[in-house]
Amino acid sequence: MAIYTEEQARKIMEKALSFSKADACEINLNGSESGNIRYARNSVSTSGYRSNQTLVVQSNFGKRVGTATCDEFDDASLERVVARAEELAQLSPENPEFMAPLGPQEYDKSITFVQATADITPEYRAEVANASIQPAIENDVTAAGFLNDSAGFSAMLNSNGLFAYNKSTGVDFTVTMRTNDGTGSGWVTRDYNDITKFDAAAASKTAIEKSVLSREAKAIEPGKYTVILEPSAALGLLNGLGYDIDARQADEGRSFMSKEGGTKLGDKIVDERVNIWSDPLHPEVPTATWNGAGQPLKKTSWLENGVVKNLAYSRYWAEKKGVDPVPYPSNFIMTGGDASLDDLIKSTKKGILVTRLWYIRSVDPQTLLYTGLTRDGTFYIENGAIKYPVKNFRFNESPVIMLNNLETLGQQVRVDGNLIPYMKVRDFTFTSLSDAV
Amino acid sequence: MKRRDFVQMSSLGAGALLLPTAMMGNTIATEALLAPGMDVMVKKRMADVALNTAKSMGATYADARIGRYLNQYVFTREDKVQNVVNTESFGIGIRVIANGTWGFASTNSVTEDGIKKATQQAVAIAKANSKFQKEPVVLAPVAGQGEVSWKTPIKKDFKDVPVSEKVDLLLSANAAALEKGANFVNSALFMVNEQKYFASTDGSYIDQDVHRIWPTFGVTAVDQAAGKFKTRQAMSAPMGMGYEYLDGLASEKLEGAAGLKLYRNSYDMVEDAAVAAQQAKEMLTAKSVDPGKYDLVLEPNHLGLTIHESVGHPTELDRVLGYEANYAGTSFATIDKWQSKNFKYGSDIVNIVADKTQVGSLGAVGYDDEGVPCKQWDIIRNGVLVNYQAIRDQVKMIDQNESHGCCYAQSWNDVQFQRMPNISLEAGKDPYSISQMIKDVEKGIYIAGRGSYSIDQQRYNFQFGGTVFYEIKNGEIVGMLNDVAYQSNTQEFWNACAKICDKSDYRLFGSFFDGKGQPSQISAVSHGSSTTRFNGINVINTGRTV
Repeated sequence: MAIYTEEQARKIMEKALSFSKADACEINLNGSESGNIRYARNSVSTSGYRSNQTLVVQSNFGKRVGTATCDEFDDASLERVVARAEELAQLSPENPEFMAPLGPQEYDKSITFVQATADITPEYRAEVANASIQPAIENDVTAAGFLNDSAGFSAMLNSNGLFAYNKSTGVDFTVTMRTNDGTGSGWVTRDYNDITKFDAAAASKTAIEKSVLSREAKAIEPGKYTVILEPSAALGLLNGLGYDIDARQADEGRSFMSKEGGTKLGDKIVDERVNIWSDPLHPEVPTATWNGAGQPLKKTSWLENGVVKNLAYSRYWAEKKGVDPVPYPSNFIMTGGDASLDDLIKSTKKGILVTRLWYIRSVDPQTLLYTGLTRDGTFYIENGAIKYPVKNFRFNESPVIMLNNLETLGQQVRVDGNLIPYMKVRDFTFTSLSDAV
Repeated sequence: MKRRDFVQMSSLGAGALLLPTAMMGNTIATEALLAPGMDVMVKKRMADVALNTAKSMGATYADARIGRYLNQYVFTREDKVQNVVNTESFGIGIRVIANGTWGFASTNSVTEDGIKKATQQAVAIAKANSKFQKEPVVLAPVAGQGEVSWKTPIKKDFKDVPVSEKVDLLLSANAAALEKGANFVNSALFMVNEQKYFASTDGSYIDQDVHRIWPTFGVTAVDQAAGKFKTRQAMSAPMGMGYEYLDGLASEKLEGAAGLKLYRNSYDMVEDAAVAAQQAKEMLTAKSVDPGKYDLVLEPNHLGLTIHESVGHPTELDRVLGYEANYAGTSFATIDKWQSKNFKYGSDIVNIVADKTQVGSLGAVGYDDEGVPCKQWDIIRNGVLVNYQAIRDQVKMIDQNESHGCCYAQSWNDVQFQRMPNISLEAGKDPYSISQMIKDVEKGIYIAGRGSYSIDQQRYNFQFGGTVFYEIKNGEIVGMLNDVAYQSNTQEFWNACAKICDKSDYRLFGSFFDGKGQPSQISAVSHGSSTTRFNGINVINTGRTV
């Protein structure tokens, strides 16, 4: 049994803490059970089940810190792991950036655990695979997919009186459908905390439709196009912006968020309709309400009306700069609009619909320029309707330029734990064509 | 791969350095790295428990891998040690074939009871999945190897070198960079020892001790007034060597074009850090490239990544067949092209070999993770595609009956599957040096070190950056360039391969954390080459104003 209740977790951690002789001691206890199934060539290829539990002890004497872990929780093992952390601390050089553990904190109650997800069986996973494979065979396409589900807990206790506990569940699903003539490919991604929201057959149907629609794509010239980005395509580039919100990197002058003599905190950097925030209690994309350092996670605004509202400050950097720490976000939520995908297509005179962006890599961290390719469903739009599938493009684009060229925001969809809208963007830069299907 | 599959260890250069969670294990004391681990006779007894249990439950094949994976990582920035991590992971993975279907289970309880339970689970999974199995597994034969062993031929075991010596080396490198005007330095040492025992119902009992090392850094120069920054990464390569890689032997140093200091089988980290600081500052004011067609002169520590992405991945047979369609993708190098025996992957001088034996390489082992003795074989000969990379359950699909020996799992906890062996470009046969190559180029760019890389899901269209770029005009290097990336199509690119330097310039590039599969697994692989010229490649300018 890898998932402990709050009381079971507290008891184990209190026992471990009772062995501590250090100036301070902080204990994290985590456990999870996860299962997966993988299929390809219309057949199940592998499946697996994994159960993990780990207790991490961090002890410090002054600014000398040591960390040790164990996966057995009898008294002797707990005593050994605490002693080992203390030995390592005594041997370590001083870490001038060490911050003493936090005292007691107030946390909101999270909404991340759903029993139905924790109850998923191997038979259910096989049914999901079958819900892709059977319709694939009927439609002369080939399915390759992956389902992973997990249930777990995290808990934390320290010698300054902090205690935290959270339970969560999650499921991630992707499927790629390729037409058997090799000229069409479609893909969908779905992720939830609550498995009852997942419809494997409907998701598979969407991927099959995309694969059939994308057959025998035409080549059109690369260049600057108006694009409609599906939420997973948009997230691919938005992640680049999300990874770059560290205040220290910005202060040190080595981030997109740096500028001549300072940072872009308070500057308007993108279209004023852009609002991005994080919220652990959002019902569609809930997360734990505290992080691994024990800091409470609250609703935090990152971009408001296009202006940089916050940068993330570690406890060390916040103290050095005389400001309050701002924890890293656990999700991103971007304000959307009312427009459906159909509405966005209907209002487009000439443009490209992009299902997905792939192999996205940083080209220049100074400007947040990224490159990558479209994949699994790229379509030409003319006079408000999809005309035909087009060959995939390589793009070179910055999320900052993309969000400055915003035309319309559409409805939001959950993608990879974030809530991202469809978006129509003008002058998106495609630099070459790809023959890949 | 999703961000939550990684553990943030440190910030290296401008981006955060994230390690795959799979690279972690239980944290242990440094001295514990030296503990001997389970005796080989006990491992044999434990492995036999798995094999016998599997057979008694009706499995037609079984293998067991008892693994002890030891890692040590050291992270520093400027004059501070950020983290020293020692980890150990120990357990057993059992793979079986029942009803013609694979099943796999693993446990960290390496006891008779624990192993029996895991084996029963593996057989049960195989039987459950056989309901949806449409292609029964057929294994290529491999002779039982008996009781054998293999070790990476190292001179200095990293586990014997005190942490203080490693910390001193990194801090000396950082100091050298700061002294030469760098504003920030992040440096790291990754050291890995896989102690793995393999046994199978074919009669093999194989004990292996595998070592790998990767020293690296990012040196950043900042122009605060202009709001600009540039980072120069290390010119080291991850290697299948011991700590002796860090000796910095003069005999293993080479001079590249533009006076670059380059390294073969021994790395001088302090020297490279000092040069990096000078180059990072130079990059702040270097000329922005004029886009257009150029002849590219690609240094091995750069070209290795291009080989990896444009030849290594597309010739993996599982990709070609569609097993990776939902994640990494498929391949343009389809079976019909290989069957034609005349598919021109590259020009006549392009010879690419797959290899699991080259001394010092990351891929070198005695036997792969399904007990097949390792070897070398051709992938491209005289420009023509002649073979793929395949393992025991795949080779029948290309009408072969001998596995290539390139099966690997990142730990005992993960199922083994086809992974890339070393994939290397053979050196030119005639004497030809880098300085001669530069002299022969009228309008070109010399690129050294790895940079940004991106390629499509069938491996046609790619775009690569680099670490440093120099403009070549009329046979001479005329200065440093910025904002360079080249875009090409794999087949066009390799057919534009015009000249390859001789073996005196041959070196290994390495990828330490190559990802593949769902759930994703990492592996380490080397790519050897000599400096090579490609004619008329499209170069774009990546400079932007935001």
